[in-house]
Amino acid sequence: MSLVTATIRRDLLLAARNPGEWLNPLMFFLMVAALFPLAVDPDPTFLSKIAGGVIWVAALLATLLSLDALYKADVDDGSLEQWLASGESLYAMSLGKALVHWCISGLPLTLMAPVLGLMLALPEDAYWALILSLAVGTPVLSLLGAVGAALTAGVRSGGLLLSLLILPLYIPVLIFAASAVYHAGIGMAWNGQIGFLGAMLALALCLTPFASAAALKLNLSR
Amino acid sequence: MSDALCFGGGVKTQLIAVVVMWQWLKQLYHRLGSPKWFYEITTGWIPWLAVLSVVGTVVGLVMGLLYAPADYLQGNSFRIIYIHVPAALLAQSAFMMMAVAGAVYLIWRMKMAAWVAKVIAPVGASFCLIALLTGAIWGKPTWGTWWVWDARLTSMLLLLFLYFGVMALQQAMESEDSAYRAGAILSLVGLVNIPIIKYSVEWWNTLHQPATLKLTEKPSMHPDMLIPLLIMIVTTYVFFALLIILRTRNEILWHERKRSWVKQILES
Amino acid sequence: MTATSGSTIIDLQARKLLCERDDRVLFEQLDVAVGNGDLLQLAGPNGAGKTTLLRLLAGLNRDYEGELLWRGEPLTDDFSAYASQRLYQGHLAAVKKALTPLENLRWLVSSWNVSDDQLWAALDEVELGGYEETACQQLSAGQQRRVALARLCVAPTPLWILDEPFTALDKAGVRWLEGRLQRQVEGGGAVIITSHHALENIASLRQLELGSTRA
Repeated sequence: MSLVTATIRRDLLLAARNPGEWLNPLMFFLMVAALFPLAVDPDPTFLSKIAGGVIWVAALLATLLSLDALYKADVDDGSLEQWLASGESLYAMSLGKALVHWCISGLPLTLMAPVLGLMLALPEDAYWALILSLAVGTPVLSLLGAVGAALTAGVRSGGLLLSLLILPLYIPVLIFAASAVYHAGIGMAWNGQIGFLGAMLALALCLTPFASAAALKLNLSR
Repeated sequence: MSDALCFGGGVKTQLIAVVVMWQWLKQLYHRLGSPKWFYEITTGWIPWLAVLSVVGTVVGLVMGLLYAPADYLQGNSFRIIYIHVPAALLAQSAFMMMAVAGAVYLIWRMKMAAWVAKVIAPVGASFCLIALLTGAIWGKPTWGTWWVWDARLTSMLLLLFLYFGVMALQQAMESEDSAYRAGAILSLVGLVNIPIIKYSVEWWNTLHQPATLKLTEKPSMHPDMLIPLLIMIVTTYVFFALLIILRTRNEILWHERKRSWVKQILES
Repeated sequence: MTATSGSTIIDLQARKLLCERDDRVLFEQLDVAVGNGDLLQLAGPNGAGKTTLLRLLAGLNRDYEGELLWRGEPLTDDFSAYASQRLYQGHLAAVKKALTPLENLRWLVSSWNVSDDQLWAALDEVELGGYEETACQQLSAGQQRRVALARLCVAPTPLWILDEPFTALDKAGVRWLEGRLQRQVEGGGAVIITSHHALENIASLRQLELGSTRA
């Protein structure tokens, strides 16, 4: 078994031992979405218009929240040192870590989103668009976010910094995903937006692990 | 036979040309990598660049503000483009330069490149801020409000966020080398993302505001308006070069302060 | 139990190594050679660059001038080939507190072909026999250290590079580790360690004093 698969297994095991690690961002997701009807307007016709955008903003914030821990523990306890010492590809390792992050963050968000759709009066036609946009879009969030997490893993109070770095990079995903949900809701075509999300995912899969790998090496020269 | 000779000769000259160019590039690279060489060669440039910046600004602004005709739709308020457009263009180019300099540092570990990348960040961010402010000031008479979610303004805002990210990251890193490398990685990621961000913002904008008055897009500009604009654009780049050279020289002096050649300069 | 085969050639050489940190020269013109049966102890006062040199030799740090050769070839040419021949243990244990010693050990040895039975035996050897189902956060610092060191029992790599391995170990642990190091060296392997611990009873011990070369 290679160190990459061993690390994926170990991280999933760790997530199973510490459920708070992935449950807390999920609860945060739920709470943020609940703020909008309270703060703006609980009228269903109004809510149905903003539901897609609100759910996506909440998903984005919840992802950021869970990213902070992605590499920090590995840097602090010496796991990163062992990866580098192993001579195995850091590209594969970064990809594996992003995959684990998606499994414990993006995947539960995608599965939970329909519940939020109900609460926010999401139009019936928009559910598939919501689920599909999250399924294709959240891996991009994990991959891009992993770069930020790798860059800030050695920095004190890196969580806030991470958000500053990564939020602007999340804008294209947010634009296309929220638009897909909105257009599905008003009965218009939304496959183009999903196509763009897919293209971004392909690009992120190819390129972000290089950046993460380069960023991980920074944390070693301390 | 002669054809073959000709052909062979052509290849040979091409090869020689390539080798000569390669040698020249290598030499340039080694020179650029030497802080001392950079410092000495730019000493002579500074007055020229300074004079060019001042003259260009005066000529460009006088032509633009006094002699260019008023816009048939926007009246005199369009004249802010003589500041707005150069600043916006420069803010984008500066990000690209910062990313390229960062890449040079990441790949070849050229210290000069790291210093250049570091000093570009705040200057580029300032120009970005100028573009945003002038855009808002321009928006007031044009749209009747300070801020409109116009595609260009929104992209500039996101570019400013990217600059903030790079600067915040550089400041947060403990070691200098990590700061340079982290900034370089982030600016490269940003560079790849800028076209995607621009495209998605434009797409989003056409979706939500199909008919707004675009700030800068004109099918054809009168030469009397265009020439001062071109002068201002070139001048802004010259001024930027001057700023970067001055700031890089400061970095050189600081980092090489223990070397004998810097001590000699400081004493004299 | 150590799988070190005598036929594996260990040949790690550093030539004219120079390392600077923050404009301070840690060492220069440094030559190091490690071959089969060597135990090299890096000694010197705090801040002399022991850990830095150790990481250079492990290939973890590429910020140096000079040559670093594994079997005559630059270390960086085929780093994974070198990495598969040496074990590196930094002063951080890479032990996850929420996992049991066995789960941690499985991860630590994942590059090698080691069965769970061998891991049980290794845990027994470091006196963690009764703790297989206890999360590491309930273990003491020394015990957590033993989890990481337990992989020395099953390591097939001929070269070990260990940073302060004696830290937090009790007397019995120290004796056990000394025995392990001795067996590794006698079996034809090699060890490079940083330690303030005296290791006199190993015959082939060599010491490299850092910090004395500084002007």
